[in-house]
Amino acid sequence: MSWGETLRTALEAVRSHRMRSILTMLGILIGIAAVVLTVGLGQGAQAEVRAQIDKLGSNLLIVSPGSSTTSGVRGGRGSASTLTTDDAAMLGSQVVAPDIARVAPVTSTSSSLTAGETNWTTTVVGTTPDWLGTRARSMTSGRFLTSADLDSGALVTVLGSTTASELFGGRNAVGQSVSVNGSTLTVIGVLDTIGSSTSTDDDDQAVVPQTTMANRISTATNRAAVSTIYIEATSQETLSAAYQEAQSALLSAHRLTAATADFTLASQQGLVETATSTDRTLTVLLAGVAGISLLVGGIGVMNIMLVSVTERVREIGLRKALGATPTAVRRQFLLEASTLGLTGGVLGVAAGAAGALLLPRFLDQPVTISGLAAGGALAVSLVIGIVAGVYPASRAARLAPIDALRSE
Amino acid sequence: MSSRIIDTGAPQPVPYSDPYSGGSTDPGPDPLGQPPILSLREVRKVYATGTQEVEALRGVTLDVEQGEYVAIMGPSGSGKSTLMHILGCLDSPTSGTYSLAGSDVSGLTEAELAEVRNARIGFVFQQFNLLPSLPAWRNVELPLCYAGTPRDERRERALHALDRVGLGERVDHKPGELSGGQQQRVAVARALVTDPALLLADEPTGNLDSRSTADVLGLFAELHASGRTIVLITHEPEVAEVAERTIRVRDGLVETPAAAVPGAGALR
Repeated sequence: MSWGETLRTALEAVRSHRMRSILTMLGILIGIAAVVLTVGLGQGAQAEVRAQIDKLGSNLLIVSPGSSTTSGVRGGRGSASTLTTDDAAMLGSQVVAPDIARVAPVTSTSSSLTAGETNWTTTVVGTTPDWLGTRARSMTSGRFLTSADLDSGALVTVLGSTTASELFGGRNAVGQSVSVNGSTLTVIGVLDTIGSSTSTDDDDQAVVPQTTMANRISTATNRAAVSTIYIEATSQETLSAAYQEAQSALLSAHRLTAATADFTLASQQGLVETATSTDRTLTVLLAGVAGISLLVGGIGVMNIMLVSVTERVREIGLRKALGATPTAVRRQFLLEASTLGLTGGVLGVAAGAAGALLLPRFLDQPVTISGLAAGGALAVSLVIGIVAGVYPASRAARLAPIDALRSE
Repeated sequence: MSSRIIDTGAPQPVPYSDPYSGGSTDPGPDPLGQPPILSLREVRKVYATGTQEVEALRGVTLDVEQGEYVAIMGPSGSGKSTLMHILGCLDSPTSGTYSLAGSDVSGLTEAELAEVRNARIGFVFQQFNLLPSLPAWRNVELPLCYAGTPRDERRERALHALDRVGLGERVDHKPGELSGGQQQRVAVARALVTDPALLLADEPTGNLDSRSTADVLGLFAELHASGRTIVLITHEPEVAEVAERTIRVRDGLVETPAAAVPGAGALR
């Protein structure tokens, strides 16, 4: 008997026990839908984290000062003032670090800004024009700092969207004046809203030229010190090269070895990895639970196939008497089991996809259904069907026609 | 081991000579020059159930000629079912040889036996054994599916076979929609569809009322008249009467009245 003929027979058998077939498929359906959905949830969460971190600026390296030691007590990271504007300038040199595209040193302090009758305490950030690109920010209105502003120590500032609305309400902030620590600054632009990505609100800050910060606003004793240097590599591929260059340039400038380094160099990649690995753990856990339900579904298929073989002993015997070889009988039952598995899988992927469309409405979680996950789930359901069918099918094939016909 | 064959004295349309009546161990060609359809030599069948061995057949030797209508009779436990299973290639003998239509089938594998059953034997069972979900014609075409016959030809032959048994009007009825006699006719059509050398009927009237019994036996008589070889297993004497010859089985042996076969006990 040909495969096509056998498939037809198998489909007829599945159809003639409709209720049982549907219930059996339900086990596979639920398992596959659960796997598709949990993997989709995990992938969605990972994509979200990645997008959030990308918002901070891609290809980013962050240099923080090392810890200070006062009377033997070591302060936390960034407590020392070991990084200077000279370090930033050196890292920006093409000769020293060819894989570094842009460098933005940042000095920040918390200050009160006053505009007319209103005042607002925010973070004042002293930096260079490259900050905008390095942090992947853009402008809503006005312009960002220029090299001229930096060189002349111009009394200008660019406000975050939150800061602008706190100080000026709905009015246009550009062209207005704010005073900080006795200096009056002109607002030349407002940053686009980015949303809070980490613990700090990136929309609540006032950006000023680094020179203005050092000369007019900062109260620190070491006016050349910077609290962070943001480094942007030329591309994703050169990120590790840029890391090496920054590391060795800073070490040689500070005349230190890696063991005694007075700064910390962190890459965005590391952040992404930490965040995604947490999500991945959760996904694997959930998918494991879903996988168990899929396994139970597979056992259900095997169980029902065994029942089917027992129940249809007479039919098997008859088919053998009429000339069905053991191979033909085995094929028929294998195809029946695979049909149950694959149909359950197709319906399960459909149910999972439907869940992926509905779930984000109730849960604030994006769900990504990839073709790979769906295809994999289908393959798994087919394999489960086949594996679950092997034993019942071989039992059916081994039945002796006389024993089978004899049974009442 | 002795085996004896009974000739009930029923009228025989073909000249039939008992090859054993002369004491010869070689049956040889019959007077028409055709080998027997069925030829069993010293067939034994032992079933092992746990530590016990049950000898269901204890050395059966018999022949059935082309075109014969033979009834095999015997009480339950006589080995008649075992004999039928071996005749139907549903089971293999423990020892001895069995030739079907001239070829030895004793040592065949299960898959080869399946092919022999498919091509050479048409079965009719007591329980009809029709698949309830399929219409009559699909039941009839089933053996042809396993023979690998193309679909169009299968339907044509199935319809022809149903026509032959007088059910040409009911080809699309499912078994549940047919009477017992009609169901058995469908089963006979299924047995005929491959044009087998042997029609093997196991208690074909066991589940039928007297009218349907007469109906089915009439069909068998017709098939016999058209030259079919039929072996019918039954425990009902009135059913066995319709056959030309009755073979009685008792205690795993084929028995015959002593008067009918002088010298038959001397076999091998």
